[in-house]
Amino acid sequence: MRFLLQRMAFYLFTAWAAITLNFFIPRIVPGDPVQSLISRNQGRISADAIASLRVLFGLDSDRSLWEQYVAYWGQLLHGDLGLSFTFFPAPVSEVIGSSLPWTVGLVGVTTVVSFLLGTALGVGAGWRRGSWIDGLLPATTFLSSIPYFWLGLVAIALFAGPGSFFPSSGGYEPGLVPAFDAYFIPSALQHSILPAATILVSSMSGWILSMRNMMVTVASEDYITVAHAKGLSERRVALSYAARNALLPNVSGFALSLGFIVGGTLLVEIVFSYPGLGFQLFQAVGSKDYPLMQGIFLIITISVLVANLLADVAYLLLDPRTRKS
Amino acid sequence: MSDQVLEIRGLCVDYGVGADAVRAVRDVDLTLHRGEVLGLAGESGSGKSTLAYGLTRLLPPPGVVSGGQVIYHPTDGPPVDVLTLSPARLREFRWAETSIVFQGAMNSLNPVHRVSTQLLDVIKAHEPKSTAAGRRARAKDLLRLVGIAADRLDSYPHQLSGGMRQRVMIAMALALEPQLVIMDEPTTALDVVMQRQILGQLTELRERLGFAVLFITHDLSLLVEFSDRIAIMYGGRIVEEAPAARLYAEPLHPYTEGLLHSFPALHGPRRELTGIPGSPPDLRAMPAGCAFHPRCPKAFAPCDERLPVLGPPGVDDPTRAVACWLHPAVAPLPR
Repeated sequence: MRFLLQRMAFYLFTAWAAITLNFFIPRIVPGDPVQSLISRNQGRISADAIASLRVLFGLDSDRSLWEQYVAYWGQLLHGDLGLSFTFFPAPVSEVIGSSLPWTVGLVGVTTVVSFLLGTALGVGAGWRRGSWIDGLLPATTFLSSIPYFWLGLVAIALFAGPGSFFPSSGGYEPGLVPAFDAYFIPSALQHSILPAATILVSSMSGWILSMRNMMVTVASEDYITVAHAKGLSERRVALSYAARNALLPNVSGFALSLGFIVGGTLLVEIVFSYPGLGFQLFQAVGSKDYPLMQGIFLIITISVLVANLLADVAYLLLDPRTRKS
Repeated sequence: MSDQVLEIRGLCVDYGVGADAVRAVRDVDLTLHRGEVLGLAGESGSGKSTLAYGLTRLLPPPGVVSGGQVIYHPTDGPPVDVLTLSPARLREFRWAETSIVFQGAMNSLNPVHRVSTQLLDVIKAHEPKSTAAGRRARAKDLLRLVGIAADRLDSYPHQLSGGMRQRVMIAMALALEPQLVIMDEPTTALDVVMQRQILGQLTELRERLGFAVLFITHDLSLLVEFSDRIAIMYGGRIVEEAPAARLYAEPLHPYTEGLLHSFPALHGPRRELTGIPGSPPDLRAMPAGCAFHPRCPKAFAPCDERLPVLGPPGVDDPTRAVACWLHPAVAPLPR
């Protein structure tokens, strides 16, 4: 318990540091978002409007950096992430709120499925070393060495196109209104098949390989021989003795990968023009939309920290040796 | 009910198959009687542990049992050859009839499961009809048997000391009241005080429960004290077998003599510790004739040509056997 509190204190500190950096970096980077907004409107904005924009975006040069910093924290604690430049005047929290479910739905589900499938296959491959699953390993390693987005491009070139069942871009049929109904859900699923398959194919082999190797390592442990000598069933030895121990590194790896769900597959979302957070971030960078960038970075930071905490908790639950009394 | 509990006949164990195979156990004959402690001693690499793993069919690849029989005599029913049991029958046989205490006391317990889980699952696997409460009571009794408080049942292995862990393993080995317990260097990783304590307990338990023990160690001094009979292994073969006291008092094989001279006696006159010159034979290129002859101080004419057979050295002495040209066998070992 004390260990957990220590970890939590550490993560709180990290969160503070990340948020502070998050505040300073956009203010240090050269370039002026108001200027870019003005040039986009081709000088049709009055000087008064420019001044009010500066105040609105918190780029008021009259206030000291410290005052801005305090104000920033005040806003954050109210859940106010500011206004987006590109989607002006929509608040950042709304923009993030609309794209987060797409990313979590696509990448979250594929991450979980790829972990479960990969680990199960890895257990099989490691326990029956030299069986047919081992023959798959070179192929999966090859696939995992290909970047997600390139695989996505290949998938689009091969499977998508005019008249194909698989759409090449977007999250749903244009013209549909996002809602839980019989028109929208099938369309969303149809649009997610290609990006999901791309992520699955390239991420699963990592789980297979690491689980298989851990199984092989654990299988030579003395307690496995003892379990065999005890006359336990093959299934119990494989699952309760070998896989249970081999799982430990994989579980913490999985918890960490949960943290990268939110921001991790930016390129896949760009390739498929998928309306997720990564695509949003890409657009925000392109248009110097600092509040949106800050907001997305904040969400990514928090999810990585939460995932780390989850990894610690999972380890505490799974490995009694870490539970020091 | 026969007097023997286990008969090993002509057991050969190879590592690898085909031309590259290395024979680690060669043509071993060994008989264990009910309730006796048979010590098996030899240098590292002499094949002691391989023999134990081979006869229980626990050899990890590339180990293969390449010949021989391991006949087990159950208390009821006809004898069975362990090497030909079907996988299901083998699972039933394991632990219920022959249990093993392994070399690594530290690593024999699964670190992520409680001691109770590991004690109970073996009882449950072999006695599916037993109740959960009954199993738990039995597990507590077992711990008490080896001198561990019953409340340690729900401890994790890392919360126990090395000695306690090894005693848990011994308790586990006795859980199903087997006829034979194989102990592969059970006390090697422990300090001498703990060693003594555990061996004392074991002797006591054996008298009470009457199981036979195959005790494997490189520590001959331990065996002299603790076992009824001792078999000495060299280069994968049994080279001498005799009652413990007689082996200690008058070793016949020069190798046994060498082993006995490599540790000091507690009583009696001082003598020089000599040890055995040279190193154990290379299993890939065994010397012709007696495997020990290149290191043997007493080697003579037939030693490097012909293999001495294991047999009683004299007509009047059927209790011991030796494989040495100094004491040629009068007859092959009676089975």
